Amino acid sequence: MLFDRRALLSGAAATLLAPRVARAAAVSDDAGRTIQIPAKVERVFTAGPPAAILLYTFAPELLIGWPNPRRPEECELMAADACSKPQVGRITGRGNTANLEVVLQLKPDLILDVGYISDTYISLANRVQEQTGIPYALLDGKFDAMVSTYRKLGALTGRPDQAEGFARYAEQTMTTIKQRIAKIPESERPRVYYGRGPRGLETGLGGSINMETIEFLGAHNVAAERKGGIVNVSVEQVLAWNPDVIITIDGGFAASVRNDPLWAPIKAVQSGRVHLSPHLPFGWVDFPPSVNRLIGLWWLAKVLYPEQFPEDLKPLTRDFYTQFYHKTLTDAQIESVLSGRG
Amino acid sequence: MTRSAAPGLLIACAILIVGLLVAFTVGRYPIGLADLMSVVAGKLTGREADVPAAVQNVIWQVRGPRILSAALVGGALAVAGTAFQGLFRNPLVSPDILGASSGAALGAVLGIFFSLGVFAIQALAFAGGLIAVAAVYMIGTAVRARDPILVLVLTGVVVGALLGAGVGLVKYLADPYNQLPAMTFWLLGSLSSVAVPDLIPLFGPVAIGTAVLLALRWRMNVMSLPEEEARALGVPTGPLRIAIVAAATLVTSASVATAGVIGWVGLVVPHLARTLVGPDFARLIPAAALLGGGFLLVIDTLARTMAPIEIPLGILTAVVGTPFFIWLLTSVSKTWS
Repeated sequence: MLFDRRALLSGAAATLLAPRVARAAAVSDDAGRTIQIPAKVERVFTAGPPAAILLYTFAPELLIGWPNPRRPEECELMAADACSKPQVGRITGRGNTANLEVVLQLKPDLILDVGYISDTYISLANRVQEQTGIPYALLDGKFDAMVSTYRKLGALTGRPDQAEGFARYAEQTMTTIKQRIAKIPESERPRVYYGRGPRGLETGLGGSINMETIEFLGAHNVAAERKGGIVNVSVEQVLAWNPDVIITIDGGFAASVRNDPLWAPIKAVQSGRVHLSPHLPFGWVDFPPSVNRLIGLWWLAKVLYPEQFPEDLKPLTRDFYTQFYHKTLTDAQIESVLSGRG
Repeated sequence: MTRSAAPGLLIACAILIVGLLVAFTVGRYPIGLADLMSVVAGKLTGREADVPAAVQNVIWQVRGPRILSAALVGGALAVAGTAFQGLFRNPLVSPDILGASSGAALGAVLGIFFSLGVFAIQALAFAGGLIAVAAVYMIGTAVRARDPILVLVLTGVVVGALLGAGVGLVKYLADPYNQLPAMTFWLLGSLSSVAVPDLIPLFGPVAIGTAVLLALRWRMNVMSLPEEEARALGVPTGPLRIAIVAAATLVTSASVATAGVIGWVGLVVPHLARTLVGPDFARLIPAAALLGGGFLLVIDTLARTMAPIEIPLGILTAVVGTPFFIWLLTSVSKTWS
């Protein structure tokens, strides 16, 4: 009797579990790894800021928490309940602040990492997946790949239709802008210097993830003669490059460069083409390199080619923030965002 | 000590002058020798030189301050290293032995972490260096021991390690896209962003500290004797030690605050100076100042000309310094006495 009941119980458990196992899907991520996705993905742990932003735009309710705490001025421009989710750390990149036991305790159905795909990240993903038993998906974080990244995210979370809307938006934006850029002759494409850091002397080399939108727009990165990431350069080098346009994400640098005698002879400064990118709640050009760069593409296109892009940024900003950041901004908020304040 | 120091000092002087000339004429922004001459002549005669404004700008605002600060920082670190090596009677001591660099590094990364402006970052670094050494000195003197110098060195090592952990923690918490590269660049040392306004906070402390060490150079010979012998000669070792530590810390902190952490200069140059002029501090201190200035000038010229991107000074000094130091150890170790 006792034996029978146990058999019955385990049989019942098997039938309860069976549909879940049966419906679980094998999906391959952007690194070509095949991962088993549970039937219902309701909680996703994001490995770093680019993944967190991508997931927030797509389905904020899936987000367990943020890799780093959100500041109040960022939350003002985001859906309040999603923005107030706790800080849970990050598990990839240069810093590894999340404890795997904490990750397990949070019971995610999926770990999502978006970024550069290399052997380092693949082996990290494999290791974490093995240690935790939680499927770990790696998605391509390249700007060009955004459309397919949204579609892949749809497949991973079992929401392909929802993903299609985001993918189309990204695709249309990129196609529209690319078509207009194609008509611009080589000679009219500006030479751009991207200055980060309080003195504006950190810049991205050719092919750097930080320069993707600038390169997408067909502008010439003055530091592109070498390939790589973020490096330090001297003012003397910037003077020698003599860029037509300076793009920065640092408010302090943007404020000081216009009155700095060191930078005064540079063409961009003389012609007033030093531009501070909007950065709330996420940077428009870079920082972190995620979906936030899609609206940044319009801003950057206007900055680089003012004649070819006469659009008013305000409605574009409103649309983007409504659809991607789940927040309808007031006119005052839009103006504040566009001014790069905060 | 009978041989004349004049040739050694002359060589050191010549290296610095040649270094200055070369540094002014090469760089990423192309400036011909004729342009340079006409700009300098224009400045001297008060007439407007017939060159583009950008060329003038590069010479006076970019390259000039940078060259000057390279010479100042190099000289300062070398003098501090020489003074500390004498004080601790140990040839392996460098200017950061009492935690000045670690303290300055922690100050700077905190400044970057809180997104402060450039001057606030440098001020925090300067203060960090001074506070660290003051703490080490207070702890070191509070410990009653037979060998106060040894206690001071050990305290410096321990406090330096703790501050290093602090730097590690701040880097760990920093955001990896923006702040972490900035901290990494800063900690590797660079003069790429030095401008005229940076020269005053650098020059003031370096001038004061170096002047004190120069004034004490005869007494420093006594400090390299054992404690009892020095006292027997009537030298007040306690106040003298405080003066040397304070002066060396002042110049080290100011250098690190401006240029970031640059190792090896304070370790290698004193040895080089010793092979040139001998162990007498009366000649060693000026020789170290000249040679240190010339050395870092050469290094910084390489750093800013070899590639469009800046090569961190801390890396170049290590690459140049390590084989040089090994050569010094194997061939001329006799000169330490």
